[in-house]
Amino acid sequence: MQREVTISVNGSPRTDTVEPRLLLVHYLREQRRLTGTHIGCDTSNCGACTVLIDGLSAKSCTVLAVQTDGHEVSTIEGLAGSDGSYHPVQEGFRQCHGLQCGYCTPGMIMASVGILADNPSPSESEIRMGLEGNICRCTGYQKIVEAVQWAAAHPQPQPAGQGG
Amino acid sequence: MIPPKFDYVKARTADEALAALAEHGDDAKLLAGGHSLIPLLKLRLSSPSVLVDIGEIADLSYISDGGTHVAIGATTTHRTVAKSELLRAQVPLLAHATGEVGDPQVRNRGTIGGSIAHGDPASDQPAVLVALDAVLVARSASGSQREIPAREFFRSFLETVLAPDEMLVEIRVPKVPTAGWSFQKFNRRAQDWAIVGVAAVVNGTSAGIGLVNMGGTPVRATATEQALAGGASPAEAAAHAADGTDPPSDLNADPDYRCHLARVLVARALLEAASR
Repeated sequence: MQREVTISVNGSPRTDTVEPRLLLVHYLREQRRLTGTHIGCDTSNCGACTVLIDGLSAKSCTVLAVQTDGHEVSTIEGLAGSDGSYHPVQEGFRQCHGLQCGYCTPGMIMASVGILADNPSPSESEIRMGLEGNICRCTGYQKIVEAVQWAAAHPQPQPAGQGG
Repeated sequence: MIPPKFDYVKARTADEALAALAEHGDDAKLLAGGHSLIPLLKLRLSSPSVLVDIGEIADLSYISDGGTHVAIGATTTHRTVAKSELLRAQVPLLAHATGEVGDPQVRNRGTIGGSIAHGDPASDQPAVLVALDAVLVARSASGSQREIPAREFFRSFLETVLAPDEMLVEIRVPKVPTAGWSFQKFNRRAQDWAIVGVAAVVNGTSAGIGLVNMGGTPVRATATEQALAGGASPAEAAAHAADGTDPPSDLNADPDYRCHLARVLVARALLEAASR
């Protein structure tokens, strides 16, 4: 059985025909060709596949694409401005070296966007608890927390950096 | 991992969902947030032929004041339960424990009714509802509705008393604004299921103590409750926390260790409840 769905991704609605069993993360990567959302554990433990659905963070490996019919999905590709400016959380990760291998980074950033939407000035503890669903196997948590703190302190979009 | 094939029905009303259940019976499963069901599908531990999506039925998602109780619609998300001012004031144990379920992403999607109907004794909310003597309201396609005490709802591991054509529609939680309470969750990582958990609500010598992951269903620490009612000190009563339980064995803990944890965590819970 196929089903027609209209899913808006990063503000662009599109109608697709999908199998009901298609996972949102597979829809994003294979049908929308947005491969910034990573598949990590595939068991809703690691958070690498975190996206926002109607503004709330979610693990896209544990959501069916059909469940987002008529909804807005935000991925890492939609964060930067059309002029190339960085989202504060992206710039925070750049400024504070919030990544090592980078695999968990899109999920960490989307989860962090979710934290700051709820609480623009989180404490360190609130950031750590807010990221409890995201695992960094490089164990770079200290710099990730600092990156979110940087973003909280600099809530405006940041001009694109000059390399580095 | 890709789930097995299934047909998919998006129900717009509770009646539509019940009609689909009546039509497909045991072959159908209800899908709300999907955070219990989709992992099972991916592991092929469950292979329903039809999923009935109730996640967008507006009149199943609410928190309302029912006088002596708070009524919670079955598809209310954990996020909404945890943040509810009404619940934080009237049933703080449930609001707090729900804020400990999984992680923010899970709480944004997962629902209280889904967690209860899934019947996992390692989940937090079933034990909380058992401790609070909540009432679960189920509706069937015939239109009949029944009220099931939480203590009679869970039959065995992942099995409840719900019939295949029944749907959990509401959770009624008694208001306990002045009672002492505590939720203790022992796990290895913040987002994990409890190795053992304790949900306690205490009014003087009358206590309701629910245990997470100490058997095939959420159970009450009845020996501890009876000891407290009989005048025992919290420390004396907590020593009986594991009496009569049959805890599981897994990678994290064997039954003896779980019994030890239950005694320690109940002691901590009674101490904390007394301070609130």
